[in-house]
Amino acid sequence: MKGKPTSTSRAPGEPRSIGYLYVLPALAVYGLFLLYPFGQAVGLSFLHWDGLTRATSAGLDNYTALFTDPTLRAPFGHALILLVFYAALPVVIGLLLAATMSRIRVRGLTFFRTVLFLPQVLAMVVVGVAWRSILAPDGLLNDALRAVGLDGLARPWLGDDTWALPAVGVVGTWVMTGLCMVLFLAGAQRIPRELYEAARLDGAGAVREFFAVTLPGLRGEISVALTLTIIAGLRNFDLIYITTGGGPGNATSVPAYEVYHRAFELNEVGSAAAIGVALTVLIFALTVTVSRLVEGRRA
Amino acid sequence: MSSRFTRRSVLAAALAVGAASCTPGTDGSGAVTGDTAPGGGNGIPDPKKAGNVTLHVWDQEVRGGTNAEIEQLNKEFQHTYPNVTIKRVSRSFDDLKTTLKLALSGNNPPDVVQANQGYPDMVAFVEAGLLTPLDNYAGIYEWNTRYPATLLNLNRVSVAEPGASRRFGTGRLYGISQTGEFVGLYYNKKVLKQAGVQPPRTWAEFTDSLAELKKADELPIQFGNLDKWPAIHTFGMLQDQQGAAQARDTVLGRGDGFVTSRTTKAATTLTDWLDRGYLPKDANGLGYDDANKKFMAGQGAYTITGTWMLADLKKRLGDDLGIMPPPPATEGGKPATTGGQGLAWSVTSRSAHPEVAAAYLDFITSEHAADVMTRNGVLPAVPGKAADALDPKSPDGQMVDAWRQLTSADGLVPYLDYATPTFYDTSSAALQDLIAGKASPRNFARKLQSDYAPFIKKQQGKASSGASDS
Repeated sequence: MKGKPTSTSRAPGEPRSIGYLYVLPALAVYGLFLLYPFGQAVGLSFLHWDGLTRATSAGLDNYTALFTDPTLRAPFGHALILLVFYAALPVVIGLLLAATMSRIRVRGLTFFRTVLFLPQVLAMVVVGVAWRSILAPDGLLNDALRAVGLDGLARPWLGDDTWALPAVGVVGTWVMTGLCMVLFLAGAQRIPRELYEAARLDGAGAVREFFAVTLPGLRGEISVALTLTIIAGLRNFDLIYITTGGGPGNATSVPAYEVYHRAFELNEVGSAAAIGVALTVLIFALTVTVSRLVEGRRA
Repeated sequence: MSSRFTRRSVLAAALAVGAASCTPGTDGSGAVTGDTAPGGGNGIPDPKKAGNVTLHVWDQEVRGGTNAEIEQLNKEFQHTYPNVTIKRVSRSFDDLKTTLKLALSGNNPPDVVQANQGYPDMVAFVEAGLLTPLDNYAGIYEWNTRYPATLLNLNRVSVAEPGASRRFGTGRLYGISQTGEFVGLYYNKKVLKQAGVQPPRTWAEFTDSLAELKKADELPIQFGNLDKWPAIHTFGMLQDQQGAAQARDTVLGRGDGFVTSRTTKAATTLTDWLDRGYLPKDANGLGYDDANKKFMAGQGAYTITGTWMLADLKKRLGDDLGIMPPPPATEGGKPATTGGQGLAWSVTSRSAHPEVAAAYLDFITSEHAADVMTRNGVLPAVPGKAADALDPKSPDGQMVDAWRQLTSADGLVPYLDYATPTFYDTSSAALQDLIAGKASPRNFARKLQSDYAPFIKKQQGKASSGASDS
């Protein structure tokens, strides 16, 4: 026997005010620890404040400085370059690895998968300290180069003006590739076998198969991977802090490092807050773009 | 300040960032202003009469020797005054620096804190009225005669005259330091001997020995600058060779700045040493700790760094280690180098027990305290009897001897990064560029001046710009 419809004529599953009650605790925590401090940061970004004495109003000064001051513009430029290493390369390499691993039967596959994923498990501080010694003037990398007679290529990687940023970037690639690969491997298992069979019947080779079946099938995973890696790349702080401290000169300073540096080392809290807000906006914009472009849906 | 940079702790930084996001006030916290706060009583206060007191002390003495010395002194102080309990919070320099600001402006500031000299910390705290002036206590406890004026002045901040900003290095006393430190010339006796080189007595002998060491296929000076700040000390020493008094005046905001032949000459010497291979040319890619490790392993005849490294270097090199002030121009002449004293121990303006805090400050800087420091391998600002008893040929004995030479010759020049609130940043980046060959000595000097000149101008003419500094 069917129950009488409730007095409201809403269909089941329609939002009901009682629903808000369920999310209220989470919302309260979110509001208290995320939205409220963020609002404060926005407020601070309109002030000149040294963290101690009375603040004075700055208007839009801290924000216009982001465009006019080259020492503030540069970190954002560096962050975008780092995205190539943190996001683009890991996704490409991860796709290649996943395609290879799902197609060819590799002996000890679990072993390789674990090894490639391992950097994800390590704390960034550990990663930074380890790579700092690998990239040292007489570290592992330079020793290896010298051992094979490539002495001319050996250089103080983290202290070299041109190479410091790519060197830090490579560490990022090393960390993020495993994550992408694992995501893609999981996604590839979800693609129906029939599609591959159909492709092969149509005479597609490995490359064609990759572009026609694997890649479209992994759209969702690619979007997730890009979102995660882009965020990781833009909020990169620990690696820079440990390896170069923004140097040589300011060649590897990035926005997240600059936030810390200005707030705690230069006593320019307003400017630090403005960078933080700008970084948040940038991350938001990029992730929305990614989910629209790659996933093809409105975020 | 940069001397005390230790390996940075990301965790603490992250915590500090988290804490900062919750700071509600931006109003300077309404503390009493330093200028009107009383400086203390008249007779020597007796902490025993203060009733039960808990003294909250924040310091940055986390290294082996200094930590042991403070722990012992704290224990003794509590033993002498059973009614006083000391609650100690000890953090590395970096961690203290990032959290102290929040703690001081909060509702429950500690009673005694270690504040770094210079504009970013001590002057900023005084400007916000967070520290108590200690001039009266300095009179009562005779700190004025205990310490050489050069050292005591580093802990002074001027009262802001109408229209001007506060200045560091003159004015009221806001702290007292326990330890001394200077950037010295360390040498490995074994390496020098192998190359047939005597420890130099003059600057010329020193530079000659660099060429000889190079010829003997030894690295003359071990040096790593990946951490950015070590070059400040190396360059500071070179600049002090060109005139210590002028260098000091510049740091204290009354000199002729950095576009001078002295600065360019010092910078040229640095690049020249790099070109000749006296310093490792990959210095920008080598960490400070790694360079010190190499020096301990016998790679490098000399290294130029502070006395805070002595205990560590001695552990590996033993009596092969030697330390001296940079050799003067003529034998027996006056040496000069970058140096000063440890972070100032200051009393906060909202401490409920300033007299007990002052008695504590006196206790940890007393003659007895100096002996405790010496026994723990720490250089006291004013060496005592235990220092006299050291073997003058041992590294510790040499260090104390060098310190006495430097203080009696007035040869200590404050750290360059005290010069302006942003000078650590500017000078360390500029030095990396200089070492990388990206900037010429002349451009390097201009870069320093571009930070220095506007700050000094602002210091002198704040009123005319009409900015409020309420």
